[in-house]
Amino acid sequence: MRKTIIIAAAFMLGATGSQAQTPRKGGTIRYTAAYGSSFSGMDIHTTPRAQDEIWARAIHRSLYNWDSAANKPVLELASAVTVSDGGLAHTFKLRDDAFFHHGRKLTADDVIFTFTRLMDGSKAYPGARFVRLIKGAVEVEKGQAQAISGLRKIDDSTLEMTLTEKVDPGYYFMTAGTSIYPADEAVKDSFATKPIGLGPFKFVEHVPGSRFVAERWEKFYKPGKPYADKVVIAIMGEAAARDVAFRNKEIDAAILGPAQYVAYQADPNLSKGLLEVAEVFTRHMGMNPSFKPFADKRVRQAINHAIDTDLIIRRLVRGKAFRATGWLPISSPAYDKDLKPYAYDPEKAKKLLAEAGFAQGFEFEWTASANESWGVPIVEAVIPMLEKVGVKVKIKPVEATVLAEVIRKGDYQAYIYSVNSGPDPQAALKCFHSATPASACNYTTFKNAEVDKLLDEAGAMDDPAKKIANLKKVDAIIYEEAPVWFFNYNKAVMAYQPWLKGLQPNATELAFQDYESLWVDESSPAAK
Amino acid sequence: MFAFLLRRVLQTVPIILAVALLIFVLFSVIPGTFASSLGDDGRNVMDAQVIERINRQLGLGDPLHVRFGNYVLQLASFDLGTSFRTRQPVTAVLAARMWPTLQLCFAAMVIAIVLGVPLGFVAALKPGSLIDTLSMVGAVSGLSLPKFWLGLLLMYLFALKLGWLPSFGYGDGGLRYIVLPAVALGVAPLALLARTTRAAVLEILNADFVRTARSKGMSERQVVHWHLARNALVIVLTTVGLQFGSVIGQAVIVEKLFAWPGLGSLLVDSVSLRDIPVVQGSILVIVLFFLFVNTLVDVLCALIDPRIKYS
Repeated sequence: MRKTIIIAAAFMLGATGSQAQTPRKGGTIRYTAAYGSSFSGMDIHTTPRAQDEIWARAIHRSLYNWDSAANKPVLELASAVTVSDGGLAHTFKLRDDAFFHHGRKLTADDVIFTFTRLMDGSKAYPGARFVRLIKGAVEVEKGQAQAISGLRKIDDSTLEMTLTEKVDPGYYFMTAGTSIYPADEAVKDSFATKPIGLGPFKFVEHVPGSRFVAERWEKFYKPGKPYADKVVIAIMGEAAARDVAFRNKEIDAAILGPAQYVAYQADPNLSKGLLEVAEVFTRHMGMNPSFKPFADKRVRQAINHAIDTDLIIRRLVRGKAFRATGWLPISSPAYDKDLKPYAYDPEKAKKLLAEAGFAQGFEFEWTASANESWGVPIVEAVIPMLEKVGVKVKIKPVEATVLAEVIRKGDYQAYIYSVNSGPDPQAALKCFHSATPASACNYTTFKNAEVDKLLDEAGAMDDPAKKIANLKKVDAIIYEEAPVWFFNYNKAVMAYQPWLKGLQPNATELAFQDYESLWVDESSPAAK
Repeated sequence: MFAFLLRRVLQTVPIILAVALLIFVLFSVIPGTFASSLGDDGRNVMDAQVIERINRQLGLGDPLHVRFGNYVLQLASFDLGTSFRTRQPVTAVLAARMWPTLQLCFAAMVIAIVLGVPLGFVAALKPGSLIDTLSMVGAVSGLSLPKFWLGLLLMYLFALKLGWLPSFGYGDGGLRYIVLPAVALGVAPLALLARTTRAAVLEILNADFVRTARSKGMSERQVVHWHLARNALVIVLTTVGLQFGSVIGQAVIVEKLFAWPGLGSLLVDSVSLRDIPVVQGSILVIVLFFLFVNTLVDVLCALIDPRIKYS
């Protein structure tokens, strides 16, 4: 119930916060990029990192965008789409009022150019994994074709896209990694340092390691927007420094970590400006079934019963998370609110272990990074809990970069990680299809015939309600099979100044904001 | 002198090669690649095909000796390669970060020299006095303070409480932005310089030639000017040189904390993202800077003290 209230409150803020008052034009939005001390560069196609998407959303736009209020992808650069050929052919009517920052109107050629560029196999653009959905894209990637056969220009503002699977393309073409580039400008060397896009702000400067500045694009296609004259994004990887800067009113918004979250909640003033969202990330401990004890479902369930998850969330994660009750997070359309989490029950855990032939317990190696919310500190808290049921743990600390590689290669007995589990429930659960390799995202090499069948059926369904029902069943089976210890879903928290309005509770990543909807009132130090 | 300079320049070649080899081997044996780092936040599923293609494109699939050979050949032509992350030449990436780091280090060293050397001098001239005790307590504290903590304290006091200075950022490169990070970085060398200067001056004060000068009737001002300062300066300069080189390395923490766009923060990001060419380039630049400063100090010492001969 509490979770529902928080999410509902967050959505209300996003949906109505900016409408309660008349948006004010002018001023500067002083935003922050909290996930590192630099941006990768100014070609957003080359990077899938959240840190880079923060600036890219000011400059670029994709075919679709995430609607935080509706909690689903919506058309962005097209005004209409018609679907035919059994759900595979999508005909987009592109907006006739979208102009690139050098003044030229968006055409179907730009979309085709962008997707063809992303499939350049020699460049290995991360966004290629989305474009592969289009028929003929893989052939271009392999160098067997020059053009993507599934993309057809009907006229300058009409484009037909034929997919290989019956999925909602909105989930695939909404990220900055598939931003539409101007075909005439993107081939120039200067484009990598001076990006031109269709977004609400046009590029002014990027001081590597310091800030990114963009100014209002007067010909932006949403009437009256953007409200602000300028967006300045300060690169601030240190939480403590962000905290001081926020309190000193030098920045308008800051993503909070667990330590700051507690302090801000306790402060009568700061607590008024907190935006909380259940993000689409599932923190979990993956168990490798090739390690004998973990091959037995009862052992995996015993692990879930042996850990007092609520205590860890309360004490270590400082309440900045929601208890996981399955793989799909709360903000997923297929989240099953009736699923109850594994109860903390060491006796039941011991019983299950005994039934599985491990009455004396066993020892396993747990690979973890240093992350404070899903890393070594959490493992250290779990160790005594598992010891109570006879299971010993040896920590193998690794760097985050190494952890990702270890997991993909299956070179672990257990790992703890945070994985994107949305917003598309079908894509998230496909990671548990036996045909999905561990190197893709089936990290626990999960294999269940019923799950495969339900997922295949869901993929062929036209009725969204039936599809969701199938996906809920899949999530329930995964929960019962317990390939992982279901830890938590991330609760992202952003502190914002009283003068900043129009923030959106984006469940895909709270730091991703549509800057055109943000505005500052007269009390902002940067109101002029 | 020319022969000395030539020898020093030639000495840098094996040093650079050894450093290059060390970094190269280190980053070849530690696990994790640039491609795998792209998905390390769990947000993106980096499929195996893309990872393999990125590795191939970056030449990471070649045998180690081939890669090292290519790297040395590149170095010989003053080419530091291309950043894995930004896909821009490493020289361009480093050039953008070099000036802010130099600004910060110069500012930190100016603070250290201007305050540390006189403090050490005064403390030595009045040993056992209150000023001596206070300055040495301050010096020990300065050396012990963690930079991160000190930086936060400075932010809290001068930005948040007093509102005198901005708490972070480079801004327009103006003076007000550099003050706090420079102080945070400069306190440790300041403390070291104060202690070194005090020790050097105390030692010289007891030297025979100072006693002789005094017995010949030279005034205290003349003794300090002609004998103490010049002799102590050699030791102080050597310390300054060593500290100058090391503040570049120490700037990593301060740059990260204050969101200062220098080499240090670039290096940290590049290590965690396995952007090996940038890591190699950054470390080489730091090593070269260290060698340059120390050569300069050697030359200055020779100019100050005629007893020093570089033949």
